Amino acid sequence: MARKAKEPAVRKRSTTTRARARRSVVLVATRKGAWLYHGDAARKTWRVDGPHFLGHVVSHLVLDPRDRRTLLAAAKTGHLGPTVFCSTDLGRTWKEAVQPPSFAKAPEGEQGRSVDHTFWLAPGRPADAGVWYAGTSPQGLFRSSDGGATWEPFSSINDDPQFREWMGTAQDGTPDGPKLHSVIVDPRDSSHIYIAMSGGGVHESGDGGRTWKTLLKGLEVVEGFGFDASKPTFHDPHCIRLCPSNPDRLYQQNHCGIYRLDRPSDTWVRIGKAMPKQVGDIGFPMVVHPRDADGAWVFPMDGTSVWPRTSPEGRPAVYATRNGGKTWQRLDKGLPARHAWWTVKRQAMTADAADPVGLYFGTTSGELWMSRDEGRRWACIARHLPEIYSVEVAEL
Amino acid sequence: MKVLIPSALRSYTGKSEAEASGVTLAAVLADLDRQYPGIRFRMIDEQDRIRRHIRIFVNGDQVRELSQPLSARDEVIIVQALSGG
Repeated sequence: MARKAKEPAVRKRSTTTRARARRSVVLVATRKGAWLYHGDAARKTWRVDGPHFLGHVVSHLVLDPRDRRTLLAAAKTGHLGPTVFCSTDLGRTWKEAVQPPSFAKAPEGEQGRSVDHTFWLAPGRPADAGVWYAGTSPQGLFRSSDGGATWEPFSSINDDPQFREWMGTAQDGTPDGPKLHSVIVDPRDSSHIYIAMSGGGVHESGDGGRTWKTLLKGLEVVEGFGFDASKPTFHDPHCIRLCPSNPDRLYQQNHCGIYRLDRPSDTWVRIGKAMPKQVGDIGFPMVVHPRDADGAWVFPMDGTSVWPRTSPEGRPAVYATRNGGKTWQRLDKGLPARHAWWTVKRQAMTADAADPVGLYFGTTSGELWMSRDEGRRWACIARHLPEIYSVEVAEL
Repeated sequence: MKVLIPSALRSYTGKSEAEASGVTLAAVLADLDRQYPGIRFRMIDEQDRIRRHIRIFVNGDQVRELSQPLSARDEVIIVQALSGG
């Protein structure tokens, strides 16, 4: 599924000037609701709007980049089943999906699956108005062609015996359920789609999701147990991002390291080996530079012993590369110097398109942080929120 | 028949009590969903199983099957059960 190489985008002042003139909104989804933080043009002051859906577990809140008005929220509560809410007025009013993501009804006598929560929302390409994709827990892939009102399952994954074997049971995934995530549509070709499963590996389709092939070469698996690295079952990609400036380049934060993939190659390269040994290259989020395919950021966590999933040594830091992963730089100015035992989940870190790039992350302890200068200095926008599940930023 | 609605579902009904008709629990829930679109899926999953933290009582007795026959004089109570913090 190689695609023609595209020249990396050159930074253009005219583009960045336009981007800076727009106001940003940071979309924060938490275990107890969602909040919107509206920034001024300089990204220095933030007006809070929320809570929305107080008490709902909101896994993902995404603004449609095609109209900059439509919001989709993946929500459920402790008692109630999962659904998707849609707003076409930036959250002033919400409407529930008529047909939220749900698996096909199993034939009589067979045990069917039911969606516990929709975990990941991804808009389609600019040319495909109204198209959205959703990844769920347990793992399933769904598509909407009407702006999120109705969702159709991909039986090529959801009901395929081979995929079902790779997915395993509920005990084979992350602690709050196995997840299908990182749904990425090639910006040049709507039939070229990547997905990732925790666990279950990385897969791509070149025909709009009718057929799939694995994309595992080069990815390592947990050592010491004799796991076969050719089997998707043993792979746990945490987050995959495609570079907007070069859609043939992908970065991945995996359970077993940080990787880069340059198509048409199908072999991932472990670029996390260049991270400091005492920090390691385990984490959840992966963020790519909007205009420079050599630029990326990660947020390492402690993946040693029992996997505390906290900042290594209680000293949170972002690490950045500006050369495709050859070297990494620690960026922690403004962040707590010690005794900060939180981390950042896979959807809870993102970048805007301004110049310099603004970075944003939300913590498991309910703090929202941002940097206006690509990570050199950090400031806290909000504290005392519930556990943050996702952070997205959009320009209005 | 009278259907008592728990607080978690009153965003759909706007009230604590609704009227619905049907000769089985499935039919009553379908009627509720016609009146209040989306309410059924929050209680019943795509395999027609009552969700883990939802309980349904008919005249005080817990019901586990949607095929449960009902009559017009029955009272259905939907309860949100314990689901953690």
